[in-house]
Amino acid sequence: MTSCLVVDPSKVARTVACRFLQALQIETTEAADGGEALAVCEATMPDSVLLDWTPPATDGMAFLTALRRLPGGDRPRVLMCSSRTDPDHIRQAMEAGADEYIMKPFDSEVIRSKFAQVGLL
Amino acid sequence: MRPDDVAFLTGLVAEKSGLALSADKVALMESRLMPVARRRGLKGPRELVAAIRGRPSDALIRDVTEAMTVDDTAFFRDTAPFALFRDVVLPQLLERRAATRAFRIWCAAAATGQEPYSLAMILKEAADSLTGWRHEIVATDVSAGMLAKARAGVYSQFEVQRGLPVQMLMTYFTKRDALWEIDPALRAMVRFREFDLRHGLRPLGRFDVVFCRNVLIYFDDETKGRVLNEIRSLMPDDGVLFLGQSETVHGISDGFTPLPDQRGVFRPADGPAPGSPASS
Ligand SMILES: C[S@@+](CC[C@H](N)C(=O)[O-])C[C@H]1O[C@@H](n2cnc3c(N)ncnc32)[C@H](O)[C@@H]1O
Repeated sequence: MTSCLVVDPSKVARTVACRFLQALQIETTEAADGGEALAVCEATMPDSVLLDWTPPATDGMAFLTALRRLPGGDRPRVLMCSSRTDPDHIRQAMEAGADEYIMKPFDSEVIRSKFAQVGLL
Repeated sequence: MRPDDVAFLTGLVAEKSGLALSADKVALMESRLMPVARRRGLKGPRELVAAIRGRPSDALIRDVTEAMTVDDTAFFRDTAPFALFRDVVLPQLLERRAATRAFRIWCAAAATGQEPYSLAMILKEAADSLTGWRHEIVATDVSAGMLAKARAGVYSQFEVQRGLPVQMLMTYFTKRDALWEIDPALRAMVRFREFDLRHGLRPLGRFDVVFCRNVLIYFDDETKGRVLNEIRSLMPDDGVLFLGQSETVHGISDGFTPLPDQRGVFRPADGPAPGSPASS
């Protein structure tokens, strides 16, 4: 089963995302911030990370950089998500090593489409 | 509708059409189901759902599924057909049309434009091999409203996140307030025109590739057959026809035969078999 680590400071946002992912037969784990997320990845590397990066929290970006340096850290598909929808922000995320970018709010169909996009469905 | 009605309906549509409707678009679902309910003398969507649950009939289920998916579309819908176009059909055209350096593509039910623009993006990415070529994408639909939106080329955040890779969004769209507008150069590659498929296709000219996806489902078998035969007649023998993923010509038209290992892709039955030397 494909796995996804959902990283978002908001419990509600994590729950919604996990519900969408589970409906796609994707196994989910959760982390509230970058530090917690990194610990999860060090223990078991997930197949994918749905990573919130919404300012003022800068944490998402730091986590992505750290993840890509871990052994095997290039393997997970990282889907950055944010309520920031300006092209500059999106480009920055992609340049930092994200595989896809999801603008918030999203619905279940967007999640399905983006996970298909990165080859996980 | 109650949440369990919505869940029931999205489940039903997913099963019948393979389409994943978002449960969050309840108002839109209700507005589409109202006319179906009224036609059957029912008060509204809730009563309609109750009717399907109580006594499901194929006709009712089909009406409901169709009503909920009439204008559904997405960029690169179903992925595989567009990959086939990019990796097989287009290279073949480049080879077979080398003498005339020209080809035409028709999107026969273009809806809000995602399908023709997906093809335009593929052609744009192949621009290097297309220098000196003339190509045209003709996009038609019966609905003036859909076409107006298609022509404008302006899409919501949800629409640009269905099927479109973020890299392509960055390359081919400009953000305007909360919406995304397609590059005018892509828009210029597509010619939009109002056209009813049931009214004879002759005036449109000839096409090497036809996308007639997810529209025949609205016609009866006789009309389907007539439209398919007319498409055949405006295509060269080495043309390619793309229908929807779950659509077939079987038992409707013997003008086309399916491509092996592809869903919903066809070639003229009396044309050259794939892989055979290019016909001139
Ligand atoms: C489900 S959409 C398909 C859009 C696109 N081809 C795709 O597969 O994503 C069906 C479209 O068919 C159009 N349509 C319905 N009846 C038609 C007719 N008689 N002639 C032309 N278009 C028609 C509708 O207006 C609608 O835009």
